[in-house]
Amino acid sequence: MSRASSEARGARTSPPRTSTDVSLHVNGNAESLRLDNRVTLLDALRDQLGLTGTKKGCDQGACGACTVLIDGRRVLSCLTLAAQCEGREVTTIEGVGVEGALHPVQEAFVRHDAFQCGYCTPGQVISAISLLEEGRATSDEEIREFMSGNLCRCGAYPNIVAAIREVADQQGA
Amino acid sequence: MQPFEYVRADDTAVAIATVRDDPGAQFLAGGTTQVDLMLKDGVVTADRLVDITRLPLRGTDRDGDTLRVGALTTMEELAADATVRERLPLVREALLAGASTQLRNMATIGGNLLQRTRCRYFRDPAVAACNKRSPGSGCAAVSGAARMHAILGASERCIALHASDLCVPLVALDAVVRIEGVDGARAVPLTELYVAAGERPEAENVLAHGELITAVDVPLLPAAARSGYLKVRDRVSYEFALTSAAVALLLDDDRIVEARVALGGVGTVPWRAREAEQLLAGARPSTGAFRAAAEAAIRDPFTVPGTAFKVELAKRTLVRILQTVSGASS
Repeated sequence: MSRASSEARGARTSPPRTSTDVSLHVNGNAESLRLDNRVTLLDALRDQLGLTGTKKGCDQGACGACTVLIDGRRVLSCLTLAAQCEGREVTTIEGVGVEGALHPVQEAFVRHDAFQCGYCTPGQVISAISLLEEGRATSDEEIREFMSGNLCRCGAYPNIVAAIREVADQQGA
Repeated sequence: MQPFEYVRADDTAVAIATVRDDPGAQFLAGGTTQVDLMLKDGVVTADRLVDITRLPLRGTDRDGDTLRVGALTTMEELAADATVRERLPLVREALLAGASTQLRNMATIGGNLLQRTRCRYFRDPAVAACNKRSPGSGCAAVSGAARMHAILGASERCIALHASDLCVPLVALDAVVRIEGVDGARAVPLTELYVAAGERPEAENVLAHGELITAVDVPLLPAAARSGYLKVRDRVSYEFALTSAAVALLLDDDRIVEARVALGGVGTVPWRAREAEQLLAGARPSTGAFRAAAEAAIRDPFTVPGTAFKVELAKRTLVRILQTVSGASS
């Protein structure tokens, strides 16, 4: 029986396809992957593409360590299926700055010592870049509110706010 | 977790038929509930996920005094909507009080309505007693460590809370849910979408398998109305409500002409407080009138030791937002 006629009689006669071919656009690079449908964007980035800058914290949408941009908006990669990202533009921490040519937000984090262990930092930086784009860094209170999806167990919050505030002031935000 | 099939839908009718014809299929939108409960908690299973995020159900459309909100509009998009800013400030406040920016960029309005409870016993498959997960098995939360749980519509069978912030103003505003199924479309008031826990905690809403929420119609407030949303929680941001209240008042001289009141953080469903509204209508704004309305709003609560504090907190939350919105603090 051909595949087409099998499908015409009902999808359940053919084995369900539990993997999907996905074209991911990550930091400007096109990546073609065949992924089990259970794979999250976070795991695809880290395990398939070797982009380990995006961190797995709670892996359950509570901590923000896995924050990336999809089509320019900050989202949680741990609750996003990789298959859902077909054709979307994904930006990770590797795509915003490199050693020697850091993003202004990264430079400000260094200047203000806005981290201790550094595990939450990639998510904080991506989120902060997005926050500035959203125009939500007009006061310390606003920064705290709209950065609240990024937890820092070391408690570097005052310095994170100071770093973001500095970039916002430089940008005239 | 079991492998599952992934289908990317590009046609609404096909997506609906695909789920309707397959008892093991479910819709996938923003994923903040579905992926969490399937992949992480393992308390929801599906053989097939139909990804509806590319269907043309996104954006808002104003028709007179109603705002039609496409079901796939994200929470962030709706909060930024010009009509919402101008005419539905309490909706904007509730949206921005919920979750984090990252989650609000993912979560859709349709999905927000259908979000599952945050009850930790429901979300832990190692807990055997959960009438919502396995009907007739009992309720571990009633005798367990409850806090983020319901006191209205609750019983010893289930105290799971409906944790949406957005739904609180939406039930107060008489929002209408537009639903499509294989056999046609229908419209259901949001207040009638949900099934109170009652005898069958597993039945959460009136949707049939394969029915899809396509839009939510939100009646706009009169331009002269005053409104607000107050959320009380354990930390200042990025936390579910212990209690919350949405209020809209139409005032004429020194009387309340019309009041809309709903409560969050307390109900097994988003809780419209009609008795409180009736007491407020015609009353002079005063703390005494607000307190009487609050007493009527929290009538016959079902509490366990962990939730008993919510009875007084919910009343004070309502009084506080009524004072703020009316400007009457004495």
